[in-house]
Amino acid sequence: MALLEVRDLRTSFFTDAGEVKAVNGVSFDLERGKTLGIVGESGSGKSVTAYSILQILASAGKIVGGSVKLDGQELVGAGEKVMKDVRGNKISIIFQDPMTSLNPTYTIGHQLMEAITLHTNRTRSQARERAIEMLKLVNVNEPEKRINQYPHEFSGGMRQRVMIAMALACEPDILIADEPTTALDVTIQAQILELMQELQKELGMAIIMITHDLGVVAQICDEIVVMYAGGYCERGTADEIFYNPKHEYTKGLLRSIPTMNTMGQKLKPITGTPIDLLNLPEGCPFAPRCENAMKICLKQMPESMDINENHKASCWMNVKALLEEGGESNE
Amino acid sequence: MNSKTLLYILKRIILAIITVWVVITVTFFVMHAVPGGPFVGEKATSPAAMAQLEAKYGLDKPLMEQYVTYLKDAVHLDFGPSLKQRGRQVTDIIMDGMKTSAKLGIIAAFSALIVGVILGSVAALRRNKFIDKLIMVITTAFVSMPSFIIGSLLLIVFAIKLMIVPANGSTPQGLILPIITLSLYPMAYITRLTRSSMLDVLGQDYIRTAKAKGVSGPKIIFGHALKNSLIPVITYFGPMLAYIVTGSLVVEQIFAVPGIGRAFVNSITGRDYTLIMGTTIILATLIVIMNLVSDIMYKIVDPRITLE
Amino acid sequence: MTEKKFPAPLSMHVDLNDFIPATDEEKEYLVQMRPSSTFFKDGVKRLIKNKVAFISLIVIVLITIASIVIPLFWPYSYDNQLGVQPGKPVDASYNNLKPFEYGRTEQAQIEAGEKVFPHIFGTDSAGRDYFIRVVYGTRISLAVGFFASIIVLVIGMTMGSIAGYLGGKVDLIIMRIVDVIYSLPDMLMVILLAAVMNQRIGPMIEGTVLAKIGANILSLFITFALLYWVSMSRLIRGQILSLREQEYVLAAQATGAKGTWIITKHLIPNSISVVIISTALQIPNAIFTESFLSFLGLGVNAPMPSLGSLASDALNGMTTYPYRLVIPAIVISLIVLGLNLLGDGLRDAFDPKLNK
Repeated sequence: MALLEVRDLRTSFFTDAGEVKAVNGVSFDLERGKTLGIVGESGSGKSVTAYSILQILASAGKIVGGSVKLDGQELVGAGEKVMKDVRGNKISIIFQDPMTSLNPTYTIGHQLMEAITLHTNRTRSQARERAIEMLKLVNVNEPEKRINQYPHEFSGGMRQRVMIAMALACEPDILIADEPTTALDVTIQAQILELMQELQKELGMAIIMITHDLGVVAQICDEIVVMYAGGYCERGTADEIFYNPKHEYTKGLLRSIPTMNTMGQKLKPITGTPIDLLNLPEGCPFAPRCENAMKICLKQMPESMDINENHKASCWMNVKALLEEGGESNE
Repeated sequence: MNSKTLLYILKRIILAIITVWVVITVTFFVMHAVPGGPFVGEKATSPAAMAQLEAKYGLDKPLMEQYVTYLKDAVHLDFGPSLKQRGRQVTDIIMDGMKTSAKLGIIAAFSALIVGVILGSVAALRRNKFIDKLIMVITTAFVSMPSFIIGSLLLIVFAIKLMIVPANGSTPQGLILPIITLSLYPMAYITRLTRSSMLDVLGQDYIRTAKAKGVSGPKIIFGHALKNSLIPVITYFGPMLAYIVTGSLVVEQIFAVPGIGRAFVNSITGRDYTLIMGTTIILATLIVIMNLVSDIMYKIVDPRITLE
Repeated sequence: MTEKKFPAPLSMHVDLNDFIPATDEEKEYLVQMRPSSTFFKDGVKRLIKNKVAFISLIVIVLITIASIVIPLFWPYSYDNQLGVQPGKPVDASYNNLKPFEYGRTEQAQIEAGEKVFPHIFGTDSAGRDYFIRVVYGTRISLAVGFFASIIVLVIGMTMGSIAGYLGGKVDLIIMRIVDVIYSLPDMLMVILLAAVMNQRIGPMIEGTVLAKIGANILSLFITFALLYWVSMSRLIRGQILSLREQEYVLAAQATGAKGTWIITKHLIPNSISVVIISTALQIPNAIFTESFLSFLGLGVNAPMPSLGSLASDALNGMTTYPYRLVIPAIVISLIVLGLNLLGDGLRDAFDPKLNK
């Protein structure tokens, strides 16, 4: 049994303008100690997936279907009491913008200790010791002094480290990182990623890395889920996805990355604009932008298909390939 | 506190001093724009007062000299004798009136603050539900009705028709209606301010972080959200005092409260110019100081602004 | 033969004919983008959807039209003391009539079979038809509010634009002046100026058209002009400063657009919405101030009524004739409330920053 099992998760936001189907049937497994990457553009539903797991959606958002099982325990519909025990304790999350994610009117010490005292039975001084320990762990210098400082006295990279310290204070089984490096410089980015990998080795936790940056994914992820317009396109091991992509969207993404080999050639972006989540079409949401779209792509949503034991994809092209194969071998 | 904040505070203090000076100057020259000057002509002016003024300001001396003398005296809180109330100095009249008016104003301000913050928070937490819509409708109504209307209506209903409270403001019970009347507008304003501020805060990322850490609902509100939500309310302290001062003019009139507001209105209709000038300057200075304090407090409290 | 790994039997029925490439038109059809419209149309649409603001707009318009139209055909005028006829002794039966009552001569007329137009709100203590006084008072309050706001708008825009465009020393000086005026306690200054000015202005305008309006109202306008332009000027200046630096102005310039095009297409639409909203919220403020002053006796000169002075006069007879206070109170509240709601609605509809 995997540590985290997500099956056919569906989340919608009920707004004045209608129901926005942010997540439409995402499934994946997360094994202990492994790193899963969720990749997609803005609006693909990757962050909402994470918020749905922890049930920290904005008030207009609701999980409308599917299941999320942590160590066999169903979280969807489990109630606040269960979730409060999960949040910050068994599953932690760090967010994209560390400046706005920390309360500006409290010291970081206060915020760290809050996380600690919420889930453990430590006394105040024990919690403070633990907080300093955590700051050391994430390589914040002079932790005894800095623990009394306010968020605005830290630099961007430092704040993200503080967030990581806060998230890991209770040694969670899973750390969800929602675009943790997007708001940071490239050099700081590398440091943070390195830090996360070190901590993963030390503490043995699993990581869900949410990002739109394929480079980050390539660096640290064991498995990848590719999302588009709230649905998943394909999922599999990193090798499979990068070297054997089986969904037109993934192929388009990989093609659009400029590499040393393609130097001098025209950039190949994916044409068109992302779909309107208020008006999802019947068929595959990527079809209008897909070079190889077929009539069936516009009419019906493709089912998920096993490519091999490490790789599932949801694209009619694979069915077409199979049919052609079957047709050929029949001759 | 760092040097940038100190500089800001210094600038504001200088601005406040300049403003008070402008008030005194404008008051003085505007008063002298009355044909014949403020100190002459009215038949009801007591001769003793006139004699005192003559001695102080030398009514035939050049205007600028009178101005400078007046300025100096004003800084010492000496505004001369009342033209109409025989034997009384303006400063004394003002101090007398202030006793009642200050009581009125402070109680009204506190009630407005406390009730406003509570109602505003409730509305924000139950956003778009019935209680929120109800609160919004009521506050919109109170924000739009001029104080003299509310006061008059309250007077008619509660004092005259129902006879629950006395109509006259000279007794402690008589102050109930004036306090309520005076506090309704600021309360409505603070409610709306708190509501929008809290809604804004609740949408902030750090609230999401707190929830993701497993902090419970009530603790998020009282621990994380409230502190940040109240910061904009501090900016309202200055304008609230200004409102209470001007509101008291009307309220004291309607409910016959012996405060400085009523004295001021009577001084206008009675052409008691020294009293008009003195009261204007004192009240204006009070408002300017309150605005200054409010601005400074805001700067100090908002940790983000302190650094930038 | 290798075990073909066919997918788990497709649970959907698949038409094999559909496995041919889709045409571009078919793809286009599915991409339903909302039709884009101009900022203005969007805003108007939003405003209409906002029921509260829309109703307020209707109410305000109705009240305004009523205040303009009714005096044209109403048989009584606001300053006509019905009991007072030159040469005859004062007929006190006309004073303090309750609604739908009649004075002595009118009674006689009715008995003689004539039709006498009813006094819907009765008469006041001087025998004047109260209904028309309320209507006229509304007209005055609205007019004062409107014109005062226009004055503020013009001065504020001018000063703000000058400060914004010229920048440098001019900007500095203007903004310092704005700062000082902004910190002045406005009400006190207004009262002070109003209390004093009519003494001065009174003799100056005697005999002219302006005398009809009254020195008090003129001094109100002057005070407003002196004090209230500051927030508008700050707004305009801010708009100009930020718009000057906006990326899209740079972008437009980069594509070779001329200065005037930039101004008309970009600066004006953005500033207009801010200006309209600010003015819409300024009008109730002006009406508020005017009624406040009238209540204190510093507003319109008798016999001209304003809602504030009517309320103030009614205070005396409040116990016996409460309706005389309640009616102008309701009208003022409706107007100010309606304008506030309308202003809020306008802001929700047109403020681009609040767009979700």
